[in-house]
Amino acid sequence: MHEYSIVGSLIDRVQQEAVLHGSTRVHRLHVKIGELAGVELDLLKTAFDTFRERTICEGAELAIDSVAAVWACPSCDRVIARGAVLRCDTCGRPARMIHGDEIILERIEMEAPDV
Amino acid sequence: MCETCGCGDPEIVPVEVQERILSDNDAQAAHNRRHFEGLAVLAINLMGSPGAGKTAVLEATARAAGGRLRLGAVSGDLATDRDADRLNAAGIRSTTITTGSACHLDARLVHHTLHHAPCSDCDVFFIENVGNLVCPAIYDLGQAANVVALSVTEGEDKPLKYPVMFQKADLVLLTKVDLIPHLDFDVHAVEDALSRVMPDAKLLKVSAKTGEGIDAWLEWLEAQRPAQRSGSTSLEHHAHSHEHSHEHH
Ligand SMILES: Nc1nc2c(ncn2[C@@H]2O[C@H](COP(=O)(O)OP(=O)(O)OP(=O)(O)O)[C@@H](O)[C@H]2O)c(=O)[nH]1
Ligand SMILES: [Mg+2]
Ligand SMILES: [Zn+2]
Ligand SMILES: [Zn+2]
Ligand SMILES: [Zn+2]
Ligand SMILES: [Zn+2]
Repeated sequence: MHEYSIVGSLIDRVQQEAVLHGSTRVHRLHVKIGELAGVELDLLKTAFDTFRERTICEGAELAIDSVAAVWACPSCDRVIARGAVLRCDTCGRPARMIHGDEIILERIEMEAPDV
Repeated sequence: MCETCGCGDPEIVPVEVQERILSDNDAQAAHNRRHFEGLAVLAINLMGSPGAGKTAVLEATARAAGGRLRLGAVSGDLATDRDADRLNAAGIRSTTITTGSACHLDARLVHHTLHHAPCSDCDVFFIENVGNLVCPAIYDLGQAANVVALSVTEGEDKPLKYPVMFQKADLVLLTKVDLIPHLDFDVHAVEDALSRVMPDAKLLKVSAKTGEGIDAWLEWLEAQRPAQRSGSTSLEHHAHSHEHSHEHH
């Protein structure tokens, strides 16, 4: 259940950004999670709902952008078909992951401080 | 203005971050890596299911190395010191990181060990991760290589079911191969599964019980070893750029 520790890191990071921008309320977080990141989206949502209470994220929404895994040849850029052997048919080189292991905090929508 | 839900609230501002959520762990892992590289210690993150034979492989490694390599280890264990006791008995200087309910080791826990039970006189330092096929793969510890132990009793389709861990592996040890004659286990099937989740798949067949394959595993370890210690990041004289929650001894 590392989803809980990921949410802990996420909320800490949001707290830092909120302090930096003088905000006291966060409206929504946008995160990007790759298919091969090893993060269960349902568990992540449950963990967020549990942990956000009494933090800067109280009442905030977690918007998750999930990213499919894509592998390609590092030489000829040919994309490997899903489920196929991770080696280029043409060049014989091991494929490289282009997308799919992201665990990224993209953007925070927060209330601007009163000026 | 709130840009996604259209509530039109003018007080809402979007703040771009675009950073890995685990960037703190990444930074700590990079720091650990400098320790290992400075000491010319080969650090191996050994992962696998509970009971895959991780500790047994290390015991067999110590027997086969017979003093040729100086070995050290730390074992992540939910509650006991049993693995560290077994490894110490086998001649591998070991300590335990008790993780409690945590299902994986993280870079901060490993760093703590580095300062309290130094590995500076080791050639190879094994980090035996918590038995778990998912979580440990997510946390970089500062290792030079990831090794996954997969036992023949777990079934050939494990790589397809747990691609995250196998995709991160530099080497897979197929363990307990002495049991193959008693099982319906197809080595080609596991090789095929691996080739679909692990780029440049490498598999070594080993048995801790009979010692089969342990020499090939030792050769692989030798080939990964760094050339010479640079001495630049010895633990004795090193300043941290980050805050510490503990004292250095
Ligand atoms: N037949 C056979 N049994 C083995 C071999 N290696 C390990 N075992 C058995 O498998 C069981 C688990 O071995 P461990 O070495 O404790 O496995 P582990 O991966 O360290 O387990 P955890 O640290 O608890 O996750 C033990 O009962 C071992 O005796 C082997 O090569 N052959
Ligand atoms: Mg063990
Ligand atoms: Zn976990
Ligand atoms: Zn190619
Ligand atoms: Zn809104
Ligand atoms: Zn340090």
